[in-house]
Amino acid sequence: MSLKVENLVVYYCMRRGDCRAVEDVTFEIESGDSVGLVGESGCGKSTVAFAILRMLPEPGEIMSGHIYFDGEDIALLGVEELRNFRWTKIAMVFQGAMNALNPILRVSDQVSEAMLRHDENLTKEEAKDKTRELFKLVGMDPERIDHYPFEFSGGMKQRAMIVMALACDPKFLIADEPTTALDVTVQAQIMELLKRLVKDLGITLMLITHDLSVVAETCNNVIIMYAGKIVETGSVLEIFQKPWHPYAQGLISSIPSIEKSSDQTLASIPGSPPNLLDPPLGCRFHPRCMYAQDLCKVEDPPLLEVSRKHKAACHLASGRIKDDKWSPGKMEVER
Amino acid sequence: MSKSQEPIVSCRGLKKWFSVSAGFFAQLVGGETYLKAVDGVDLDVYPEELYCLAGESGCGKTTTGKLLVGLLKPTGGEVTFVGENLDKVSRRKLRKLRAKMQTIFQDPYSSLNPRLSLYDTIAEPLRLNKIAQDGADEEERVVRALEAVQLVPAADFTFRYPHELSGGQRQRVAIARAIVVNPEFIVADEPVSMLDVSIRSEILNLLEKIRREFHIAYVYVTHDLSVASYIGDRIAIMYLGKIMEKGTIKQVIHGSIHPYSQALISAVPSPDPTISRKRKVLPGEPGSPINTPPGCLFAPRCEFAQDQCRREEPPLEELEPGHWVSCWFPRPPLLLGFDPADALKEKAKA
Ligand SMILES: Nc1ncnc2c1ncn2[C@@H]1O[C@H](COP(=O)(O)OP(=O)(O)OP(=O)(O)O)[C@@H](O)[C@H]1O
Ligand SMILES: Nc1ncnc2c1ncn2[C@@H]1O[C@H](COP(=O)(O)OP(=O)(O)OP(=O)(O)O)[C@@H](O)[C@H]1O
Ligand code: SF4
Ligand SMILES: [Mg+2]
Ligand SMILES: [Mg+2]
Repeated sequence: MSLKVENLVVYYCMRRGDCRAVEDVTFEIESGDSVGLVGESGCGKSTVAFAILRMLPEPGEIMSGHIYFDGEDIALLGVEELRNFRWTKIAMVFQGAMNALNPILRVSDQVSEAMLRHDENLTKEEAKDKTRELFKLVGMDPERIDHYPFEFSGGMKQRAMIVMALACDPKFLIADEPTTALDVTVQAQIMELLKRLVKDLGITLMLITHDLSVVAETCNNVIIMYAGKIVETGSVLEIFQKPWHPYAQGLISSIPSIEKSSDQTLASIPGSPPNLLDPPLGCRFHPRCMYAQDLCKVEDPPLLEVSRKHKAACHLASGRIKDDKWSPGKMEVER
Repeated sequence: MSKSQEPIVSCRGLKKWFSVSAGFFAQLVGGETYLKAVDGVDLDVYPEELYCLAGESGCGKTTTGKLLVGLLKPTGGEVTFVGENLDKVSRRKLRKLRAKMQTIFQDPYSSLNPRLSLYDTIAEPLRLNKIAQDGADEEERVVRALEAVQLVPAADFTFRYPHELSGGQRQRVAIARAIVVNPEFIVADEPVSMLDVSIRSEILNLLEKIRREFHIAYVYVTHDLSVASYIGDRIAIMYLGKIMEKGTIKQVIHGSIHPYSQALISAVPSPDPTISRKRKVLPGEPGSPINTPPGCLFAPRCEFAQDQCRREEPPLEELEPGHWVSCWFPRPPLLLGFDPADALKEKAKA
């Protein structure tokens, strides 16, 4: 299943003003691809996911732009079609969904119910067996499927949500910070599982995370967002080795690494992300960018191809401005 | 931390057993089934100390944290806070004691009151504890707390409601709420799990700074050993409700001798994205806390287990001053060769 997002703009319209959470975002995910969506806290990652599912929370609104699944514009789907589409084709593991399960129903009942709704030929026993299988896959004791959600620990609830998302064999999976509550061992297991789903079952994966090392391990492609906009996108290999955008360069050199930490100072990006109620003009990164020039303060750099399937949104990358200190792939820090 | 002081919080033989909804079969057989979430935990936390609790998902960290602040009633054992047994004091006294403790819950999506604006969310503990002198003072404290957790400009956040925030922003509100009253003791349950490295190290530094300034003691629950090694003084590694190893960070992270801690520590990632990395991952899943095996709880997964391990439970013994281990056959110390906190440290310096 392929996804195409075109010039998506999403605002949260509040009394105090509009929170411009997603601004002119365009990307494509091909069928069978695994894409990581990364960026600092509050940069609009979850908002993109909600918009794709047409589940934006109040007062969020798609101001403009289009979202196509296999060429079909989801804005044109009726209520019934939309529900169908959400359950049969696409599944999402919501961020912080620890309490999204119904507290008064046994976990097994909730998962089986979803399975049975999806596949009429399934018997109740088969659904339970399948639930047990899924529990094992996420590293949980299959004996505990009959427990209530409140009887689970934080990490167990998070994994129960992953089980729920996988219950109906989705073709497209959006996982929003699916492993925040999990230790490295279980996290590695879940990442293995996701990778296998992509490789063996041809699932298309969009993985939202603040952890770049998780993306490096699990995804083929990556989209880096900053303050509601895409600043760089391309293949994981290419971007991790040769990032162009100053923000991406800072982000990638801040990945913890033992080799690095001994003799090299990690880059850091001073300052904090901008207020999305009143984002800076021009390049949204300019107040924190050590290369920013006058042009950056007035003109927003478009997302342009810098090499095949690798795009960056920066005036340095497009050659509009020059700075000897900057070069593609530059990751050491100035001191 | 100085050991000559009395601990601010301590627990002895702390137990929490839940009676669980057993499966169909167990119901037929009858009788109650217990899940031993916490099963005999001893801890002493001194003023200004940061004590980490670590271990795999479901090992009882959150439950221990809730017991320590009196949010759950223990099945056995006792908790004392500034010398008072939480289980024995009157309700009024308990309320007084609770005013000195704060909790940052694991799930910021359900622990914030959806009907309170961020201003009221953070002002609430100030009001409960009658800390602010007047409205202006209250406002100043709220704004300072928001700024401290990088929710800036604060004026753009005070009027918002929790559902109008991203995941990481909610987590920071929970932290602001806990620190605004300068409590004596904070249980922080995975408080920075949704934050990226950059902001994470800033928040950790903030926790550290107020710890020194206001002599706050923390129990810090985390599955991330690099965070533990960055800010912790001491750490306890739990497995199925019991402590397997405890001691200083140096003793446990940089010289663990329990096979379970060693396995956890070897799984700490050493990421280099250009090489597909292979972590040494501990095989198998934690057993069930419902039907715990006799002997050492870790024996079924332990590559060094012998017959004795499967028969008798090893006691938690002090093998060197302050370093406690529950194992019949402790291993030679595991020298990590690097500090898992390095990345955070570098980040913090910059
Ligand atoms: N319901 C809402 N009303 C108003 N503003 C909102 C709402 N939901 C999110 N926002 C704002 O929109 C911006 C983007 O939020 P989003 O949840 O997409 O961030 P995120 O990238 O997922 O961050 P995190 O990693 O912290 O989860 C944030 O600044 C947030 O404060
Ligand atoms: N209210 C409850 N009723 C029954 N069992 C419970 C309850 N709360 C927790 N448990 C069980 O107790 C055990 C310990 O749970 P706890 O939440 O303390 O784990 P944790 O170490 O915090 O795990 P995580 O890292 O996943 O948050 C788990 O097996 C959990 O399922
Ligand atoms: S456009 Fe200018 S401000 Fe923006 S990242 Fe590039 S150099 Fe920095
Ligand atoms: Mg989010
Ligand atoms: Mg927990």
